Amino acid sequence: MWDIILKATGQTLTMVFWSTLFSVLLGFLPAIILTLTAPDGLKPNKIVYEILSFLVNTFRSFPFVILMVVIIPLTRAIMGTTIGTRAAIVPLTACAIPFIARVFENALRETDPGVIEAARSFGASDAQILFRVYFKESVPRLLNGVVLLMINILGYSAMAGTLGGGGIGDIAIRYGYQKYSTEYLVVCSAILIVFVQGIQSLGNYIYRKLS
Amino acid sequence: MIVLKNVCKNFGDLEVLTGVSMEIQDHEIYGIIGQSGAGKSTLLRCVNGLESYQSGEITVDGVTVSQKDRRQLRLLQKKMGMIFQNFNLLERLDVYDNVALPLKFWGISTRSPESVKKIEELISLVGLSDKIHSRPSELSGGQKQRVAIARALVLDPQVLLCDEATSALDPAITREILALLQQINEKMGITILVVTHQMEVVKQICQRVSFLKGGKVLAEGKPEDLFIHPIREVKEFLQEESGLLPDKGVNIQLFFTDKSSDPVVTMMARELDINFSIVWGKLEDFRSNVFGSLVINVPEEAKEKVTAYLDREGVSWEVLN
Repeated sequence: MWDIILKATGQTLTMVFWSTLFSVLLGFLPAIILTLTAPDGLKPNKIVYEILSFLVNTFRSFPFVILMVVIIPLTRAIMGTTIGTRAAIVPLTACAIPFIARVFENALRETDPGVIEAARSFGASDAQILFRVYFKESVPRLLNGVVLLMINILGYSAMAGTLGGGGIGDIAIRYGYQKYSTEYLVVCSAILIVFVQGIQSLGNYIYRKLS
Repeated sequence: MIVLKNVCKNFGDLEVLTGVSMEIQDHEIYGIIGQSGAGKSTLLRCVNGLESYQSGEITVDGVTVSQKDRRQLRLLQKKMGMIFQNFNLLERLDVYDNVALPLKFWGISTRSPESVKKIEELISLVGLSDKIHSRPSELSGGQKQRVAIARALVLDPQVLLCDEATSALDPAITREILALLQQINEKMGITILVVTHQMEVVKQICQRVSFLKGGKVLAEGKPEDLFIHPIREVKEFLQEESGLLPDKGVNIQLFFTDKSSDPVVTMMARELDINFSIVWGKLEDFRSNVFGSLVINVPEEAKEKVTAYLDREGVSWEVLN
């Protein structure tokens, strides 16, 4: 049993780590564009903002299980396969990008407009305001967003079992539910709780250090 | 010198500035006073190019402020430091880095010996040397504004723009900040343009002042002239009622400057041998000089004698009623 659990834990960590990394990297750009083109942004542009916003909302409205199936061709194109832990990273990332884009957008836009105005009054360029003011002031909020994202991905990764992704959630379903093993169910649940608590505590700790 | 010529600005259908003209001389402390919504802050933002204006012209040392030429605008913005009502410091930077921030926008190293010296000197000028590594959240309002002042001076500006800089501070702290501004004006020769709705600010530091209402300058001049002898709109702004003046007799308002140190009123009573009552009065302190006005009520038949006496003594007066 512990072999199975250990292997699954590794799979879960792999999925969460890579999906978080990729979605943060890929989600930043739309988040920046949304922030800049928002009505209160540095380069307000209603059309760009509305289109991007619509796309984000559209992808966010897919339930993960459905999204996973819908993007199977993409998964195959990128990973060369549609089953396994590696393959599960694609739908997890795809699902996480619009989520984190919105979360980052909100984090960035919470920056005090007065501080942005002050920067402008000293002759700061838009790029300088973006990096030296928006990002600098938002770091703790961005970090909070990543914590939220990781916990969400952890939840979705349980469903990735459907694609043969493996992981703790998959074990809980297959052994705990389908094979009626209460033992597995309890252990898997305990591990998931520890993960969530751990991520949150670590996040809170860094948040306090940063802010 | 900052020159505004017939500046007009509107947000959509809302006219905010309707033909504002004024000249701010080098090294002076100039005030713009008015109620909220009078267009004061917008005017200040037009001066340093944070806002554009539709017509008219603003020039700083002969250079037109315009958002069309971004490079030139940046150079102008470098010449004009700005402080704000809510201080607008970066919460995640300490005092040193907040003061250093504008240097970074200009690609100037903030760790070079000259920069370090300059930043430390400015922080010491505003009296915060012991807080140099504190975050804004650890500072009081007055201290935050001091940091903002140091930050506004780090690019060696010629002008300091103050947008309601003391409106969020209590009276004692306000006086301290104003004293600091005055010191900066005297020692560094920096022109200061102050936008405020607080009479105290204008009284304590401004050499000249404009009264703005509905996007127009309704009065301009020395604060003492504007407020001791106010036009109707200024009176409304000051919410100053000469109280309930008696219906009988004649009410004469006398205006005093610091030069009128003679006991004119009592001398007049003795010399003309008339009785009158004092029905209203106020004294105000303008940059440490006392100015005031007094309303006396005299019998109708004594009016001629009294006014002639006042003219002879060189006291300016006005008949109310």
